[in-house]
Amino acid sequence: MDEKKLAIIATKGTLDWGYPPFILASTASALGYETEIFFTFYGLQLLKKDLELKVSPLGNPGMPMPMGMDKWFPTLLTALPGMEAMMTSMMKKKMASKGVASLEELRELCQEAEVRLIACQMTVDLFEMDTADFIDGVEYAGAARFFEFAGQSDICLYI
Amino acid sequence: MADFDSELDASGLNCPLPILRAKKALAGLETGQVLHIIATDPGAVKDFEAFAKQTGNELMSSGEEGGKFVFLIKKS
Repeated sequence: MDEKKLAIIATKGTLDWGYPPFILASTASALGYETEIFFTFYGLQLLKKDLELKVSPLGNPGMPMPMGMDKWFPTLLTALPGMEAMMTSMMKKKMASKGVASLEELRELCQEAEVRLIACQMTVDLFEMDTADFIDGVEYAGAARFFEFAGQSDICLYI
Repeated sequence: MADFDSELDASGLNCPLPILRAKKALAGLETGQVLHIIATDPGAVKDFEAFAKQTGNELMSSGEEGGKFVFLIKKS
């Protein structure tokens, strides 16, 4: 069987949007795909040693909230201080109770499965990020490096 | 004697963990050996079918026992 290839661009740095890249990459690896994820802009948050990702109900009308709050709670009030922290903590508890892996665990599984993690060098410079804050095993490169792999991929996703 | 060589209890785990654990467990087996998997994630039924199809390992059986999903996969 020829090895298939999956290329993913991860652009978002929230708790909810952090899941798709790592779920798909780890699953693809288990199915025998060679997989690469290119992290750019806010997606770079997913490579931090300490993941402090949050989820926000603000501007997210599709997000189910406890006690049916998404039905009656005024949108403006989701901007109140503490709402983000509260929703993040509730989301994490919900995930743990449903047996959904933590992002850290999925990321480790990706690394174990030799998914290549590439950080966008331009974004690192732009936001003056310290690469010491990132996990080990990350490659730093640019758009041309992404196309080197994406150009031969069977599936290419922008998340 | 059991009709499998190794067992994986993925009860309580959700997608994609049962598949990832199964992949790891199969890596430790020899060709022809059989892995017995127990899962509670209803999505695992379709997922193990798809996993077997794509990896070439044989899904020998898929069923339900005592409210849990059980699978036998033979390593190719």
